[in-house]
Amino acid sequence: MSLAKHWRMQSQRYRLLGVRCEDCGAKLLPRRLVCPQCKSSNLRPHHFGGEGTVYSYTVMYDAPSGYDGLVPYPAALVQLDDGPLVAAQLTDVDIDEVYIGMPVEMVTRRLREYGESGMIVYGYKFRPRLKDHL
Amino acid sequence: MRRVYITGIGQTSVQEHWDRSARELAASTILEAMEQAGIQKADAIYVGNALSGELTGQENVAALVADFAGLTGTEAIRVEAAGASGGAAVRLGYLAVASGVQDTAIVTGVEKMSDLTGPSVEEALATSTDEEYEAIHGLSLVALNALVMRRYMHQFDVERRDFAHFSVNAHRNAANNPYAMFRRPITVEQFEKSRLVADPIGLLDSAGAGDGAATIILCSEEEAGGRANSSVEIISSSLATDAVALHDRSNPLFLRAVYDSAQKAYEQAGVGPEQIDIFELHDASAILAALSLEASGFASEGQGVRLAMQGEIALEGSIPICTMGGLKGRGYPVGAAGVYQVVELVQQLRGEAGANQVDARLGMAQSIGGTGATAVTHILKAPE
Repeated sequence: MSLAKHWRMQSQRYRLLGVRCEDCGAKLLPRRLVCPQCKSSNLRPHHFGGEGTVYSYTVMYDAPSGYDGLVPYPAALVQLDDGPLVAAQLTDVDIDEVYIGMPVEMVTRRLREYGESGMIVYGYKFRPRLKDHL
Repeated sequence: MRRVYITGIGQTSVQEHWDRSARELAASTILEAMEQAGIQKADAIYVGNALSGELTGQENVAALVADFAGLTGTEAIRVEAAGASGGAAVRLGYLAVASGVQDTAIVTGVEKMSDLTGPSVEEALATSTDEEYEAIHGLSLVALNALVMRRYMHQFDVERRDFAHFSVNAHRNAANNPYAMFRRPITVEQFEKSRLVADPIGLLDSAGAGDGAATIILCSEEEAGGRANSSVEIISSSLATDAVALHDRSNPLFLRAVYDSAQKAYEQAGVGPEQIDIFELHDASAILAALSLEASGFASEGQGVRLAMQGEIALEGSIPICTMGGLKGRGYPVGAAGVYQVVELVQQLRGEAGANQVDARLGMAQSIGGTGATAVTHILKAPE
């Protein structure tokens, strides 16, 4: 259980903070030092809006330690409207309701705990976009 | 570059070896292979191992294996590339001998997985994914393969049961391999009904963990002497990488590292996929097998599963795969798999494959790390 390891990820996990390449315009999440598309180092912080669609999904049954108490839970690759693909759990949704192309939005939720008295790690998950459910 | 020959092989059965530790498994196969090759020492030992620290609390593995194999003091290095560790170890052994720096190299793959069970093993396997952006979200390695499979089904109009042919073929071949872990044939119906691990991947679609070790002895033409003519030769070797995280790939349904390493291997050998008689690919799951066939040039995009449905991957088909069971039927001791693939190709190319014998001149072995971050390909040629 490492405090520092999760602390340094906060801006990316709570606020979807990535980078934008000033040279080719690519928007990247996670943030990097070198643009994978044009190899430029001219990268500036970029705040992603958090809206996207489900590119693919799965339901976890055999989970790794730390998550095995939560099964079954859905997870997905989400295509953000801004461009990049991101891996995350889905939340506030029945596993039967998920489909490829489903519009989703980012929310901040609990990712895991480290035991009963250990730290709680928060980060992004995605839920069906509320306006589409009203 | 010098020619590189395989003059000895050794392997343990893949199973839960409750009574044997990793050092024992590895050392026993080294002794077996050295005896077959007729050598008492080697210039170096390359140990392919992915998870020794995670699963058994042991690092410094290469020195340990050297010492327990009675080769204390020999140059020894552990090679890690997740599921491709064994293949990467073969690569380094090949480079050492082909370049002329070393004359005889021992390459050993070993993994001891049964000391832990269930969630702890899933956690260990997840170290081959992107820890900060995949594993932290509770995504197992199988779940990432499942994401690829679901998208593939959507894009190429393929159903879950169509993937069964990979597992059915693997188990059918494993039945005749005395070293294999899962020796009972399975049916398409059993595949469909098997419980889900990460939807849509079920238990019979996911290669099972096991303990095992395999060793090959590599040597130069001069060192092999009179044995060279009757030895299998490694005629090409190539390793490529790609982004570790699935979401960082330009196309999650294209194994770019497989494509790059296969292309370089074909070029170095002066052949194309048409000349490959056997393909020992990395079938950790059926989707990975299908995509490996596509990226290696045996099927066009989206047609890998159809190739299996048409029976072309069977022993009697146009591109037999997993001829001794593959990862699925033989079992999957992670870091050892890449060396098992080469050992099995050597058996085939020597004519020692028994009931699973394929008439083969060229065999290709390919190992993948993670969901496609590392891919290493070797092409082997039968003795003249």
